[in-house]
Amino acid sequence: MKGSLLSIDDIKKIAKLANIPISEKQSEELIKQVGVTVAYVSKLQELPTDGVIETSQVTGLENVMREDVVDESRMFSQVEALKNATHTHNGFFVVDAVLEASE
Amino acid sequence: MDSLSSMLYWRQVNKNLLDLSILELAKRLQDKSITSVELVDESYERMEASESVIHAAITIRDKKEALALAKKADETRTAHSSPLHGMPYVVKDGYVTKDLRTTAASKVLDTFMSPYNATVIEKLEAKGAILIGKMNMDAWGHGASTENTDYPVTKNPWDITRSAGGSGGGPAAAIALRYVPFAIGEDTGGSIRLPAAWCGITSLKVTYGRVSRYGAIAYASSLDTVGPTAKTAEDCAVVLEAIAGVDPKDATSSPHAVDDYANGMTKSLTGKRIAFPTEYYKEGLDTEIKAAIFKAREQFVSLGAVVEDVSMPLLEFGVPVYYILAPSETSSNLGRYDGVRYGNGRELFTKETSRRVMTGTYALSSGYYDAYYKKAQKARTVFIKNYASILSKYDAILAPVTTVPATKFGALLEDPVANMMMDVYNVTVNIVGVPSLALPCGFTKDGLPMGMQLIGNMHGEKTLISLGSAYQSATDWHTKTPQGVTI
Repeated sequence: MKGSLLSIDDIKKIAKLANIPISEKQSEELIKQVGVTVAYVSKLQELPTDGVIETSQVTGLENVMREDVVDESRMFSQVEALKNATHTHNGFFVVDAVLEASE
Repeated sequence: MDSLSSMLYWRQVNKNLLDLSILELAKRLQDKSITSVELVDESYERMEASESVIHAAITIRDKKEALALAKKADETRTAHSSPLHGMPYVVKDGYVTKDLRTTAASKVLDTFMSPYNATVIEKLEAKGAILIGKMNMDAWGHGASTENTDYPVTKNPWDITRSAGGSGGGPAAAIALRYVPFAIGEDTGGSIRLPAAWCGITSLKVTYGRVSRYGAIAYASSLDTVGPTAKTAEDCAVVLEAIAGVDPKDATSSPHAVDDYANGMTKSLTGKRIAFPTEYYKEGLDTEIKAAIFKAREQFVSLGAVVEDVSMPLLEFGVPVYYILAPSETSSNLGRYDGVRYGNGRELFTKETSRRVMTGTYALSSGYYDAYYKKAQKARTVFIKNYASILSKYDAILAPVTTVPATKFGALLEDPVANMMMDVYNVTVNIVGVPSLALPCGFTKDGLPMGMQLIGNMHGEKTLISLGSAYQSATDWHTKTPQGVTI
């Protein structure tokens, strides 16, 4: 993959994984733009990091715990929880079907 | 007096209250020579004069509501009230607020009303500060020019054909125009500092974890920081003291004691040591910015500090590390916006957001994770060690904020690499987690502001503020305001 630009199939696969709807025209643009970014960041391969331990966070904190109790002041009512949803039904969120009957 | 002359009288008496420092305003509020109602009134007058051109704000609070809060603040003020009691302020629209809609500058959240407040909002409210607006930004923090907003683009108050910087262009323009005494910004890879430099104001990127991120709309969680933007280092200190501290709602917030940041500032910097990384002043840096920072270097020396050349050779790897870590984390964080529980669908993401989410998805995908994400996390360790080796010997590192002064609109919009390079001096600060104070250091011959930054040790905010404050006591760049933008 070194230095090479992404293929249209790569872009479509990434878009599917990222759940970003893209048109054919956009995927042409994205080949270039995501490709340029990926090529640019690949420069990092030149930095020697053998034996270096990864850093995922910089606070130095570990295992920050809280009491396992319910804080009612932070609970939403059903009305509050639903108030920003576009599609609701009988007090529930309406979601797209993920399982469909075979055709 | 008839109404016209009473208005003119009012203007004469009250005009430019918002040019005063927070502590000076607090003193006058305490001795009752001014009121919060007057302050809030002036804020709205300033916004009304400029907003139709500048577009610093996405949402402005109803004026009557703000004045009612100001009246209440005047009535409840005591000798023990916070200096921020009754002080109007604005936030970048990346913080959730119960009373005003929260958009993150994206149409995905166009009508979103949060059921809760961010901790930083709660803290400021507890001090009596009055939120009057939600400010413009690149959607989700993705950008360096605020052009990636889904709302009318913020114009730079110094030249309306140019960008105010990003991602927090709105808060920076608001302070440049003195809408309010302070604003709250958010810095993931320069989003507080870059717009501050381009708008000629002062801002503080805090140590990671110094201020709770609860209710800050996540861009890249291991890099995101919440910090103040204001006219001076001292003003930033007063605000920081109010918002810093551990928060049970953010497990990454720091239990480190909160300093009295505004206390103990001196005009002498004798004994202070500043590092000057020579690699930062080579090709790529605008000659006027370079000259201005070299002049600032001399100023620090004349204030008593020792400034020495050092080598920080990793600069060229900073942007690659950032553009792996930040897109990876944002691809995960933005996964929640599915339009089911709140907001609209993902087809409304800007091009820049789509690019970053897809870049991050790629870097995290099976087969590429080790080469990109894991490699960047190792590089992060290398950066931490490099910074530590310098900061164990110095109080601060003096660096530029941007390679160039404010760009014309369009310059950064369609060129991902130019966009990335704009934050070359900023991103490693977030990768390492250390604080940085950005402050004005001059103007170009075309009258555009220029900025520099002082980067310090973890939890070294107080040192940075005292360095910045000494510099500002000897210079007057921070007192300059844009002319001729009011209509």
